[in-house]
Amino acid sequence: MSVTAEQVESRVVETLASFGPDASQITRTATFEELDIDSLDLVELAQVVEEEYGVILKGEDMKELKTVGDAIDLIVERAE
Amino acid sequence: MTGLGAVTPMGIGATTLHDRWADGVCGIVDGAGACREFDPKALLSVKEARRLDRFSQLAVIASGEAIAQAGWEGEAPYDPLRIGCIIATGIGGIDTVETQHDVMRDRGTRMVSPLGIPQYMPNAAAAAVTMKYSLRGQSYGVVSACASGGHAIGSAMRMIQYGDADAVVCGGAEATLTEFGYACFNAMQALSPTGMSRPFDARRDGFVMGEGAGMLVLEEADAAAARGATILAEVAGFGSTTDAYHLTAPEPTGGPASRAIELAIRDAGAEPAQVDYINAHGTSTQLNDAAETAAIKLALGAEAKRVPISSTKSAIGHLLGAAGAVEAVATVRTLITGVIGPTLGYEVPDPELDLDYVPGEARALITSNGHPPLAISNSFAFGGHNVVLALRGAAT
Repeated sequence: MSVTAEQVESRVVETLASFGPDASQITRTATFEELDIDSLDLVELAQVVEEEYGVILKGEDMKELKTVGDAIDLIVERAE
Repeated sequence: MTGLGAVTPMGIGATTLHDRWADGVCGIVDGAGACREFDPKALLSVKEARRLDRFSQLAVIASGEAIAQAGWEGEAPYDPLRIGCIIATGIGGIDTVETQHDVMRDRGTRMVSPLGIPQYMPNAAAAAVTMKYSLRGQSYGVVSACASGGHAIGSAMRMIQYGDADAVVCGGAEATLTEFGYACFNAMQALSPTGMSRPFDARRDGFVMGEGAGMLVLEEADAAAARGATILAEVAGFGSTTDAYHLTAPEPTGGPASRAIELAIRDAGAEPAQVDYINAHGTSTQLNDAAETAAIKLALGAEAKRVPISSTKSAIGHLLGAAGAVEAVATVRTLITGVIGPTLGYEVPDPELDLDYVPGEARALITSNGHPPLAISNSFAFGGHNVVLALRGAAT
């Protein structure tokens, strides 16, 4: 399956925005801490990613993620 | 007691609940007591709303009203480690259970939400309210089916009396108007097939399910007085017993339930002659209303015929684990306003049930002996749990 970074970014931003933060705050450099996105939210994000792209993100993968950009890059890399 | 809050089929607010009831408004529409005026998206942040099952959402909003009335907004007047929180529910987050079970069946076990457990656990409402208001004393959920709300208030009273807390935010919440909720209660043949709640009426044929939350702020009396708080009423007595008779049917003589009434009155340092009003459990089922009438007669003796008895469930349906708390709120509003809400829909007397059920319209609360008014609020549950609260109006 080929997926572009733009598509992933758009899906990630949309999903995170549904968790509470304003979409305008969700940039590649924004940290999950700033966005008040916690580990429970990241598990939900991982479920969306798994259903959309077949990419399985485990707990140890998620622990390393600090920014929105980190998450997008990991998903794109795994989807290739 | 320094704060009251309620979200009910009557609307948002404790005064809304009692005022509309006293006006003869019935919050039951199409056989359900839904909180139609409750819009979680308008009242909660996106994050709060999506992380809370509906029962917890109702509890958070009702708690906010009670805490605001107590004058705690901004900063609580006690050490947060000395403020408790007890919130009852009969079932917990059943909508979350159903939704996530569907997810599991449709999309597999890996797709079940990580928010499933924290949303449906019965202590979720207590967790949410403590976090929102930084209450750091003892907190937990209470579960005793339709008596849960009464147990929460009684436990809160004891927590303060025992010296374990200076104040407790307490009450109950329930939101079971779901497909599975209806299926289960219908299977028991507990719900009214006509969709009418008419407690104590000869034609009563089951309860009407409702949803909502009732919350109270209790403070240690001297501490509340010292900070100049407005005292709304006093939780004066608590009595609780168990039928140990049948899983769902009440013990028909009313013996154990009557003992709970006696204990609550005695705990309040009162006598049956001093009871001015009874807020009945009054579910509109054949068995409850008969057993409750028997229990009141046993406990109050010759005084039973004198005391006006009405059922808030005639106006909002049966709020299950929230019922005892919402009805305590309605009872306190009765003590404050001096107006007793009627038992709506009561038209055809049952010859076996011969007490004063306040038919037709609201009535003035007549107080005995010039004392602050004293009321009792009954809650009797599936499982045989009986709770009675004695509530006394503030001295004027």
